[in-house]
Amino acid sequence: MADLIIEIKHVHKWFGRVHALDDVSLDVTAGEVLVIIGPSGSGKSTLLRSINHLEPVNSGDIIVDGIHLTGKSTDINAVRAEVGMVFQQFNLFPHLTAQQNITLAQCIVRKRTTGEAEKVARDLLDTVGIPEKADSYPSQLSGGQQQRVAIARALAMNPKIMLFDEPTSALDPEMIKEVLDVMLALAKSGMTMLVVTHEMGFARAAAQRIVFMDEGKVIEETTPDLLFTAPKHERTKLFLSKILEH
Amino acid sequence: MADPPTPAPPFTAGGMPVEHSRWTRFDRWWLLFFAVLAIVALLVYGVQPPYGDIFAFIKDGIVVTLQLTIVSFFFILIVGMLGGLGRVSGNRIIRGASSLYVEVVRGIPVLVWLLWIWYALPQLRDSLGNWVIGFAPGLGQMILDARIPAFTAAVVGFTVAYGAYMTEVFRAGIQSIPKGQMEAARSLGMRYIQAMRYIILPQAVRVILPPMGNEFVTLLKDSSLVSVLAVSDLTRRGREFVARSFLSFDTFTLVALIYLVMTLFFTRVTTSAERRMSVEKR
Repeated sequence: MADLIIEIKHVHKWFGRVHALDDVSLDVTAGEVLVIIGPSGSGKSTLLRSINHLEPVNSGDIIVDGIHLTGKSTDINAVRAEVGMVFQQFNLFPHLTAQQNITLAQCIVRKRTTGEAEKVARDLLDTVGIPEKADSYPSQLSGGQQQRVAIARALAMNPKIMLFDEPTSALDPEMIKEVLDVMLALAKSGMTMLVVTHEMGFARAAAQRIVFMDEGKVIEETTPDLLFTAPKHERTKLFLSKILEH
Repeated sequence: MADPPTPAPPFTAGGMPVEHSRWTRFDRWWLLFFAVLAIVALLVYGVQPPYGDIFAFIKDGIVVTLQLTIVSFFFILIVGMLGGLGRVSGNRIIRGASSLYVEVVRGIPVLVWLLWIWYALPQLRDSLGNWVIGFAPGLGQMILDARIPAFTAAVVGFTVAYGAYMTEVFRAGIQSIPKGQMEAARSLGMRYIQAMRYIILPQAVRVILPPMGNEFVTLLKDSSLVSVLAVSDLTRRGREFVARSFLSFDTFTLVALIYLVMTLFFTRVTTSAERRMSVEKR
């Protein structure tokens, strides 16, 4: 495989007695959109968070853009600046406006001037469809708007990889589409994306590959079409029958 | 910091702005402050003797009390912030040292701290100096000559004692900020210290503003403890005036009223700062 941007090799993670990641191996190619599904507690969020070292793993190796995360001397902040992350609860900074949320890390991590950073912020707010909200505080925005600011905040760092940890799970139903639309556009632009989600419509439309996890293991790894039409494993079938029924 | 967003319009009834909206938003506890201030002014300038004489004698003490409180509080904030950061640190040694500091200092009364620094520390200095002078006369003499003024001793005493309380205030504030804030900051590539400086502490300070204001007012009152040192604060000046005039009732009543004016004032200032902060956050 050419252009591997993420290599995960035999990773184990324990939370006390819970085996959150059980010998997980996964490769991601540059430009690929990968969707991870699975029941809650299956380890999918933990896997995502281990890629930018928010959750250090106990053993195994994770290589992001050629850098070993598990190495002692690794500059983890350098890796994190290349990996954008979008959280279920948005995690916007409530004491800063939308624009300041987007400019802050640019100035202190990327060392951009205020002028440069603000231009990036305005362009990105335009891209996510809320240019008029630049001076609003997060508490003045709807959930969908907040999540779009959060996506813009991550994109402002010019990451090579974007991680989405259930980005629409905390949203009211009518706001899910506006966030998914932004993510779809991003997928079309060629961004490498790892998305933990229950939105099967998004998986079908955007994902090249879909991974089903359960109890800390990767159970099945295939294309969306094959997974939905011909799942191989019993556990995958059971899970799909539960989420696709309603 | 950006301009605060425009505040919400006043409550309206049937589309018409409610009258007296200024009055409803006015913090009425200011009236108590002005009332007490008026009583003090009336006593000092209206009733005159003996209050005019008492005030003339103790007014330097008011300045000393305010100086002592404000200077100490400045250092207390620094110690409290560093202590608070230490208490939530991932480094076991730093965390342990901060916790030990808090536990030891909190267990000793402020008055005893002041007495110890003012009376016990010089004895320690003399013993140390006399021992050192045996083999290093120059250095020994320097130690023996080291004198700290009473005011400085008081500031040090309050900083040590109140720094421990303030450490706990900061720790609680930092821990009240959701974990996701630190994660979001770190995921953008910020270092731990940067995330603290730009994301966590600015939010924590808003949370701890009320207990911080409370500590300030408590410190203002506890500053009267320095009258056991050679610091001529408001309380000590009052006692000195009583010693020469025997006007206990008039003197201590005036002293009490002056403390009340100061604490009411600073409580109000803290409250309005809280209000402004909460408007800005909306």
